[in-house]
Amino acid sequence: MTPKSQVVLQVRDLACERDGRRLFEGLQFSLQAGAAIQIKGSNGAGKTTLLRTLIGSSSDFTGEILWCDSAYPQSLSAMRESLLYIGHRGGVRSGLTPLENLTWYGADHEDALNALDKVDLTGFEDSLCHSLSAGQNRRVALARLFLPDSPRLWILDEPLTALDVVGVAALEEQMAVHLYSGGSILLTSHQPLSLAGLSEVNLSDYSVSEPFEDFGGEHVDS
Amino acid sequence: MSTVDVQTPVSEVRSGPGFMALFRIEMLLALRKRADIANPLLFFVTVLALLPLGVGPEPELLAKMAPGMIWVMALLSTMLSQESLFKGDFEDGTLEQLTLLPQPLYFAVLAKSLVHWIATGLPLALLSPLLALMLNLPVDGYVCLLVSLLLGTASLSLIGAIGAALTVALRRPGLLLALIVMPLYVPVLIFGTGAVQAAIDGYAYSAQLAILAALLAAAAALAPLAAAGAIRISLDN
Repeated sequence: MTPKSQVVLQVRDLACERDGRRLFEGLQFSLQAGAAIQIKGSNGAGKTTLLRTLIGSSSDFTGEILWCDSAYPQSLSAMRESLLYIGHRGGVRSGLTPLENLTWYGADHEDALNALDKVDLTGFEDSLCHSLSAGQNRRVALARLFLPDSPRLWILDEPLTALDVVGVAALEEQMAVHLYSGGSILLTSHQPLSLAGLSEVNLSDYSVSEPFEDFGGEHVDS
Repeated sequence: MSTVDVQTPVSEVRSGPGFMALFRIEMLLALRKRADIANPLLFFVTVLALLPLGVGPEPELLAKMAPGMIWVMALLSTMLSQESLFKGDFEDGTLEQLTLLPQPLYFAVLAKSLVHWIATGLPLALLSPLLALMLNLPVDGYVCLLVSLLLGTASLSLIGAIGAALTVALRRPGLLLALIVMPLYVPVLIFGTGAVQAAIDGYAYSAQLAILAALLAAAAALAPLAAAGAIRISLDN
């Protein structure tokens, strides 16, 4: 199924903190070309923090992150060059139309129209995004996944939020296409995904069992 | 449904939008939000129009106060409009995307500051001769007032970006933004009013304008760097 099984992103013994609270530790996984990993975990388990750490937006971590066998932060800029990240906040400018949003991300006119057609936004190309619904704005953000020459690593934070059944199916199909052409996907979602080559990492398995034991016996309500 | 050719290669390297693309999109957004452009300008004009009513219409008194009042109001109206500089981009996730671009965040901040100046500082400076007339500023000061405001408001837009970047994650940055930015505005204010006062008094004012230009050059080089760093810190929590 996969053209090559080469490790693109590897995480070794990773521990992340947020606001002084250790979210998880000892996290290990490696993401191969043509494979996808779904990050699971209860609310507050650190899914978003993990993704933001991997894209280099959060530096509060210990452990090793490797992009193509070279460690962060040296390899961070190389990773970003092949990264498409869609965060919890989609990066869709409400003052622009869907078409303008996509061309701003570097698409040419024709490709942008095509991508908007794939996410079922035909007819809304020239409406301002603040007049669109939450689900439609999500689709504008996700339309970036339907542009040609997609970066090889997709990191998606809750991409299925606010999508209807048809939207989820179209997204799953596009993900399959991306994996088939040798790309990799790392995503968080609470919903099940039907995707060949998808493995799961549950952050709750790595949560710190006795919180704040590193703080010298300090008693804090958890 | 999907008709994407599965054989398309997955690209390795991506180039982001250049400075001109960043500038164009900011300009487009600024033009769509005309109220944001009009507000600081209206504030500037209204307060200065009310001033003679407050302190009395004596021409000598007004002439004495005009340079300082015009400059202080320019400072305040620039600062008021600065609060929203990165706010929208922070909330919709664009700021996060900008930090992931291959090119430095410096250019994005520079483009935003430039558009902010075109939308607030430039019309304010162009309008200043009219207000100078209302406040009975001596005619000798007009050219100097215009030039000093052109140079000075550009510096204010750049310096204000630092404060806007530091407070972008806060819900109500108002007073904190003022406390951060106002001390940094002081040199611009001093040399701006100094230049106009010198012009009115009939002295050479090129030295003050040169210092304003130097402040602008320094602000253009350093303020976007500082603001870019502040944005990364604001996002990293």
